Amino acid sequence: MSRYFTEDHEWVDVEGDTGTVGISEFAQGQLGDIVFVDVPEAGKALTKGGDAAVVESVKAASDVYAPVSGTVTEGNPALADNPALVNEDAEGQGWFFKLTLSDPSELSSLMDETAYAAFVAKQ
Amino acid sequence: MSEADLIDDTGEEPAILSLPLDAWHRARGGRMVEFAGYHMPVQYEGVMPEHLWVRDSAGLFDVSHMGQLLFRTEDGADLDGALESVLPGDIAGLKPGRQRYSLLLAEDGGILDDLMVTRLPDENPFDVQGLYMVVNGATKFDDIAYFLDKLPEDVLINHMEDQALLALQGPKAVDALARLVPGVRDLVFMTAAPFEWDGKPLWIGRSGYTGEDGFEISIDGEYVEALADALCAQPEVKPIGLGARDSLRLEAGLPLYGHDLDETITPVVADLGFALSKRRREEASFPGATRILAEREGGPAVKRVGLRVEGRQPVREGAAVLDAAGGEVGRVTSGGFAPSLNAPIAMAYVPAALAATGTRIQLSQRGKVHHATVTAMPFVPHRYVR
Repeated sequence: MSRYFTEDHEWVDVEGDTGTVGISEFAQGQLGDIVFVDVPEAGKALTKGGDAAVVESVKAASDVYAPVSGTVTEGNPALADNPALVNEDAEGQGWFFKLTLSDPSELSSLMDETAYAAFVAKQ
Repeated sequence: MSEADLIDDTGEEPAILSLPLDAWHRARGGRMVEFAGYHMPVQYEGVMPEHLWVRDSAGLFDVSHMGQLLFRTEDGADLDGALESVLPGDIAGLKPGRQRYSLLLAEDGGILDDLMVTRLPDENPFDVQGLYMVVNGATKFDDIAYFLDKLPEDVLINHMEDQALLALQGPKAVDALARLVPGVRDLVFMTAAPFEWDGKPLWIGRSGYTGEDGFEISIDGEYVEALADALCAQPEVKPIGLGARDSLRLEAGLPLYGHDLDETITPVVADLGFALSKRRREEASFPGATRILAEREGGPAVKRVGLRVEGRQPVREGAAVLDAAGGEVGRVTSGGFAPSLNAPIAMAYVPAALAATGTRIQLSQRGKVHHATVTAMPFVPHRYVR
C-alpha cells in the first residue's frame, strides 16, 4: 500500500484500484476543532481536484478536494457521530471516503510522504 | 495617525499594523491573522477550548485595535447636544461613570457603527472633562471623519492611538482582577471608574462582548504587556483569540458591525430598539427619526433574528433564507458552531412574517437546504453583574 499527498493537504492510500482519502495531520491542526464533516455518498463520481467533501471547524468551512478521479464506494460513517475523529486520528480512523480509482496514472502527480513533509515544513 | 499613515511608502497597499501586545501574543503561541488592518491573534490553543474556558473561568482579550476616543468642548459648549445629533441615546442623561451602548447613525438612519459611550467622572486618567467612547476597529477612521464632518468645531476629539484596551471576561474575571485592583468589585454592569495598578493609571468599565461578567481595561500601551502578564499569572486567566470572541458574542446574541449591522440597516430592523432612548424618541430628534419611529410603530418589514439550525452542520454568513416556494427572502449574517450549546446557531435577517419565535424556516448554503427555528436571543443567558 502506498500513501500519496496533495498540496491541498489531502492524503490517499492506494491498494489495487481502491483509494482511501482523508486530510493530513497538518491540515487538522490548522483547522482546529472539527464539528462536522460532509462526506460524499457511494456512487458519486469525483474528478481529481474537484469538490469531494466539506469539513467544518468552529470558525470556518473548508472544501476537501478529490486527490484522484474515481467513484465513491463509501463515506466514513463514524464521522457523522464523531467528527472529532479527524482531530484525533486524521491519517487513520478519521478517513473521509473510499473510492475506486478511474485513472491510477494521476497518482504520479502527487507527493509521497517525504516530499509532503518537506512541503509542509515550508508552510 | 490619519488615513494617509496607513498607506506605506511603496504604493497604495495599506500596511498591516502591529499592536503593543504583538510580540506577547506570538510568544504565547497566538496564531496571528490580519483583522481591521492589524495583526491579531485568532487563537492560541484552539477556538473550542478557549471559548469554554471563558464561559467557565476568565479569558483575556486584546482589543487594542478598537478606537478609543475622547470628546470635550472648551468654554462649556454643548457637548451632549452635539453627540445627540448623531447618536439616538440619551447622552445628556448619562451620569458620570455610567456607560451606554449607542449607534452612530447616518442621516437616513442607517447604522454607521455601534459603540460604547461613557461620561468621564471629574477624576480620570485622561484628564478630560467629557465623554469616553469605544468604537469598532474596522470603522474607527470613518467614524472620526464623520464626527469631524457633523459635529460643531468647538467639539474636540482625541483619538488615543497609544492607549491599549484589554477585555477580561468570564465568571471568574472579577476574582482575578480584584487580586490586582481590589476596587473593581464595586463596579456594576455598565459603570466605569479610574483605578491604578503598579502605579499606572487604568480606566476600567464593567462590560464586554461575551455575555459574561467582565471588564474592559484601558491602559497606556507602554504598560500593557506588564498588565497582561500579571493577569495571565492569575490561575483563572488564559489569553483568548478573536475566534472565540466571535463564537462567544454570537451565543450572547450580540451583533457584529460589518456583518450583522451596516449602513443599510436601521436600529429597529436590527432589533436594537433599546438603543433609542425614551426622551430621544419623544423628541424625534436623531438622524432618520421619521423612518425609524415609523418602523418602531408599524413594525419593520424585515428583522434580525436568532436561529437554531437543525443537525450538526453550521450555516454561515451569506447563506440564503428561503420562503416556502424556495425563493430567497433573507440572509444569514453570522453563523457558526456554538461550543456552549454543542449545536450550530446563526443570526439572519428575515421578513416580519417569519420573525416570530418558533417559526421554522429553510436556509440554503452551497446548494444544500438546512432547516432552522427562529429562537429568542441570547442563545446563552447573559450573566452580567447588575
